[in-house]
Amino acid sequence: MTGRVLVAGASMGGLRAAEQLRAAGWTGAVTVVGDEPHMPYNRPPLSKEVLAGKAPFESLAFTPKAAAADVEWRLGTKAVGARLDERTVTLDDGSTLAYDGLVVATGMSPRRLRCPGPLTGRHTVRTLADARGLREALTRPGVRVVVVGAGFIGCEVAATAVGLGVREVTVVDPLPLPLVGPLGELLGRALLRRHEERGVRFALGTGVAAFAGEDRVTGVVLADGRVLAADVVVESVGSVANVAWLEGNGLDLSDGVLTDESLRAGGRPDVVAVGDVARFPNARYDGVPRRVEHWSIPADTARHAAKALVAHLLGRDREPAPFAPLPTFWSDQHDFRLQSFGAPLLGLGDIRVLDGDPDGDVVVGYHGADRLLGVVALGGPAAAAGAARYRAQLLQQPALTV
Amino acid sequence: MKVVVDMNKCQDHGQCVFAAPDVFSLDDGGRLAYVPDPDDALRDEVEEAADVCPLQAIRIEG
Repeated sequence: MTGRVLVAGASMGGLRAAEQLRAAGWTGAVTVVGDEPHMPYNRPPLSKEVLAGKAPFESLAFTPKAAAADVEWRLGTKAVGARLDERTVTLDDGSTLAYDGLVVATGMSPRRLRCPGPLTGRHTVRTLADARGLREALTRPGVRVVVVGAGFIGCEVAATAVGLGVREVTVVDPLPLPLVGPLGELLGRALLRRHEERGVRFALGTGVAAFAGEDRVTGVVLADGRVLAADVVVESVGSVANVAWLEGNGLDLSDGVLTDESLRAGGRPDVVAVGDVARFPNARYDGVPRRVEHWSIPADTARHAAKALVAHLLGRDREPAPFAPLPTFWSDQHDFRLQSFGAPLLGLGDIRVLDGDPDGDVVVGYHGADRLLGVVALGGPAAAAGAARYRAQLLQQPALTV
Repeated sequence: MKVVVDMNKCQDHGQCVFAAPDVFSLDDGGRLAYVPDPDDALRDEVEEAADVCPLQAIRIEG
């Protein structure tokens, strides 16, 4: 077999894609291009164990499967352009790579705040380098940190900062409760109380107007006029898809790469997208294409996309199986864990306590379309075990579409 | 096939139990237990279990 599959992006999605190409029977060349200097590594510990200084890089690096041992890794370089009609990708070192199949796995970058004020002292947490830089800043004596954004990364960073002994940790968010967007009010209130009890302060219901300071940040000016003193600012205000390099090819790049149910982009059988950059329909729900930034999605999309791509490249007939992954995520904050199965976001209109009590271990159900759409547990191991029982129920339900 | 779980890394997420229930289980205290030498016929599901471990604590040898 000749030919090459080019995987753009060397994070978890890129690694799993390379492995799944082999599992699907592709014996031709596989080249993975990634802009970080590291082999693929596990990102969830960046805001927790890495920030806390408890995880060396060796513990984060994925061990590629033996079947993917002959994959070519081109690290420290990235795709900056593509001509899909000609099947070529241009890299930032000026070289052009031809491909027979292309896997888009370029992921996301942190969104940045566009407010007046100095840039120095402002951090994000997406890469290992980011986490190491933030750890260095947080472990200076007496620092005050303001975390902008009360989402998962913001809440995890705040909890880790408290654990590091940081003197003042304040979380700012325009919404009235932490994590209220993805999880709703019931758990938002429970999380606010738990964080406050452990020393995190909150400035909620207001945004950031500007950063104070000359050369480096000395404070955060809020939209309501208050000023929070800050030596370190963490911006955790969402992310944007890394798709600029694909422009000019007629793809829908309005929010990641729009794909069909086989993860194929723009109707091209030789281009698939995997991981959180892919905006795909999930037959388990309503078939509306969405990006999903959960840890389980790179592996799920890689397996499904690799099958479709390899079938095309080898000219095989393929049983079209609907793509219907069950999203799952977790978040460790302080001494408690959030564990989610399914799509709570689609069931925010009907939230019920299924087990336990929001003051202790609790399992919360998210409903819609006359069914349970997602469960989230908050608390210790008993809560997580409780959520797992509902996972089976979520899996057994027939798909809403198909 | 030999399966080795780094119990210092394991945080009892239980994702491996969903992927390979014949090999991995959680005991009554919520701690992981597993079959260290499962039948080779279970390789696919053990590999899946290793993939979905959030801590990358599962190693397959042989």
